[in-house]
Amino acid sequence: MSSRLLILPALAAIAAAAACAPSDNVDSKSAVAPSGTGAIAACTAGQLRLKTPGKLTVGTDKPAYQPWFADDDPTNGRGFESAVVYALADALGFAARDVTWVTVGFNQSFAPGDKEFDFEVNQISITPERGKVVTFSDGYYAVAQGVVALDGGAYSNVTSVAGLRGARIAVQVGTTALRAVQEQIRPRDQPSVFNDQIDAIQALKNRQVDVIVLDLPTAFYATTAQIKGSKLVGQLPPVANADQFGLLLEKDNPLVTCLNKALGALKSSGQLQQIQDRWLAASAGAPVLQ
Amino acid sequence: MPLLRVESLWKTYRGRSVLRGIDLDVDPHEVVCLIGASGSGKSTLLRCIDLLDQIDDGAVFLDGVEITAVGVDEDEVRKKIGMVFQSYNLFPHMTVLENITLAPVKVHKTRKSEAIVQARELLDRFGLADKAGEYPDHLSGGQQQRAAIVRALACRPEVMLLDEVTSALDPELVAEVQEIVRELKQQGMTMILATHEMSFARDIADTVCFLHDGVLLERGSPEQIFTSPTEPRTREFLAGSVLR
Amino acid sequence: MAGRLGRGARPPVKNPAKSERQLAREAQRRRKTARSRAIAGISSIAALALVISGLIASPGWPRVRETFFSWSELTASLPQVLAGFWSNVSIFLIAEPIILVVGLAIAVTRSVETPAFFPLRALAVVYTDVFRGIPTILLVFLIGFGVPALDLQGAPRSPMILGVAALVLSYGAYVAEVFRAGIESIHPSQLAAARSLGLSRAQAMRHVILPQAVRRVIPPLLNDFASLQKDTALVSVLGVVEALRQAQIHSAGAFNYTPYLAAALLFVLLTVPMARFTDWVAAGAEGRRAARER
Repeated sequence: MSSRLLILPALAAIAAAAACAPSDNVDSKSAVAPSGTGAIAACTAGQLRLKTPGKLTVGTDKPAYQPWFADDDPTNGRGFESAVVYALADALGFAARDVTWVTVGFNQSFAPGDKEFDFEVNQISITPERGKVVTFSDGYYAVAQGVVALDGGAYSNVTSVAGLRGARIAVQVGTTALRAVQEQIRPRDQPSVFNDQIDAIQALKNRQVDVIVLDLPTAFYATTAQIKGSKLVGQLPPVANADQFGLLLEKDNPLVTCLNKALGALKSSGQLQQIQDRWLAASAGAPVLQ
Repeated sequence: MPLLRVESLWKTYRGRSVLRGIDLDVDPHEVVCLIGASGSGKSTLLRCIDLLDQIDDGAVFLDGVEITAVGVDEDEVRKKIGMVFQSYNLFPHMTVLENITLAPVKVHKTRKSEAIVQARELLDRFGLADKAGEYPDHLSGGQQQRAAIVRALACRPEVMLLDEVTSALDPELVAEVQEIVRELKQQGMTMILATHEMSFARDIADTVCFLHDGVLLERGSPEQIFTSPTEPRTREFLAGSVLR
Repeated sequence: MAGRLGRGARPPVKNPAKSERQLAREAQRRRKTARSRAIAGISSIAALALVISGLIASPGWPRVRETFFSWSELTASLPQVLAGFWSNVSIFLIAEPIILVVGLAIAVTRSVETPAFFPLRALAVVYTDVFRGIPTILLVFLIGFGVPALDLQGAPRSPMILGVAALVLSYGAYVAEVFRAGIESIHPSQLAAARSLGLSRAQAMRHVILPQAVRRVIPPLLNDFASLQKDTALVSVLGVVEALRQAQIHSAGAFNYTPYLAAALLFVLLTVPMARFTDWVAAGAEGRRAARER
């Protein structure tokens, strides 16, 4: 995964965003606007319960994949989730340098006991079951599932969901892709479930599987940067209660109220959409499989 | 022509010379007894003759053919030589009958049924008929040694090498093994025995050889050796050992 | 029997009636044993109660109980974890005999002394050293993803086959060493006796040495197989949805670790009978050896 390859889609995204984004431009580490203390006035000091007072400790996985982060470095503010975090921090009144990142893998994030972070951002889908064990913020991104196949393979030109039924499918464990596969595609063969995304990708390259199903932005990034000779076949049709990514907090952490307020502010001001357009626009155009 | 000839045999083991230039002729039907202290080289000599150890110099001839030459098929040679060991070395995972029929079937390519018949004959002859289906650990020491002798005989060797075959036995079991050896002599088997049993050696041997420190110091008929040994070392050795 | 004994004849084989002294001794011993057992039993229960109450009293206990020992999660995940478990069992049943063959072949190769065999012997040594050195999970990765990536005509692509291949290579090395130890433990006099009968080295190995060596190493072999049963879970990294992976899927879905416990229970159910069987075999072999030494 050469970092040079990462620049291309990033540049493309920036170009696209610059072309149609409103003039209020987003830029890396600098704050969007002066601290929006007004919007968060209702967030009391007591609710702002933090691991380290004065610092916002955020957890994510390593490696931190594109397009959610850039160059495996959450601190650079580039990438969708990184940008959202810095926007939220700013809305809560933190300077960019007050945001500290820790590496917490997916499996550790929901382990019982004290957390190392104030919240974790790691493309985690909100589900009621999971919500019994941890506290989720409101959703910050509605997940669509993308289908990736190798060029010239039997499944590279499929236009319907039913057309994937005969395929050997790979997904990553812990993602809601498996459920989407089981409920929407209902394939003949049991899907292969891998620990890491990179293993699923290797299996596709090795032609051990026919397609990979994973969230759309990651799917787009995979086809453009990670797998030569692959294409984004399409996205699965949206379902009634589409999965949302949410921030994960320790159960009953009152900080969630503040985060939700900040998130609400980002949504209503259109800033969240801007961030999404900038970093995730490229994939939004993928054809929807019928 | 001697059946077995040992010529200037040398064997070194870990820097120490265990056999030094041994010369020995064994005629057909002759019984040779090797006597000497532990460590004098008796066992090593027998092992070298059976090509179980590689010699360092000299040669061994069987039927006039050098068996220690390079390129000799050792397995073929060992078919003609039977050896019985002090610790019987029966195969514990096989019955007595299986122990005896293994070599005839696998090495001499005898049919299994034939081999069994011959084995039972031998066992019968040496008083072990009822032990054919037993495993070695159910036999007494004496019975095991007798079985080991039968095992070697089943291959119809030209010469038998017996390495202190009674030394590991309780006194009351020694006699039954000596009986077999006597019988073998009566049947005309050529044998070389290494033994501590002086009276037995005197009784059975045609020739007695005294080994000391790897050297064949003295050799002669039993009368000569036991009654009037010429070498002082021989006398020392005989004086020290109780003539049982 | 008692009737036929005359005066001055052999004494009775069994003690006909115990003396007062012996009876008193036995009574004392019984009391002592009962006392020790009672003390041991009570103190064990007390210690256990202490540990359990400490556990339950700890502040995080309700959370831990819900996360690791949730009955509802256990019953919800067990059917699918069990379904995945059959993959583990089939991997184990296929790999085991192949490992035995490979291990035996390597061990026998190493024991051959003819100079002509030197390259094979060297290869066997290299194989054993390398594959005992590489962690099994690394091997699963390397073979499971590396072999298909080579894109060789006719090379297997199925993760099950590649997983079994990796396990065979890894465990073959360990089992080879076990067999080699067994072969070398057979007293050289057995080989001498076999060869003195005219058996070739190969025949001696096949009929005399190996049968004894294999019997001797059954306990450590069974040990290695218990280990193999657990290592079948490593094949999950290749995408195979076996028990561990199923547990992981459920666990990630509910943010609960109890499915892992379900998988662990299944593995234990498989290995415990194996362990008792090993003990039984070892005891039998020991008994025979002791009898032989008489």
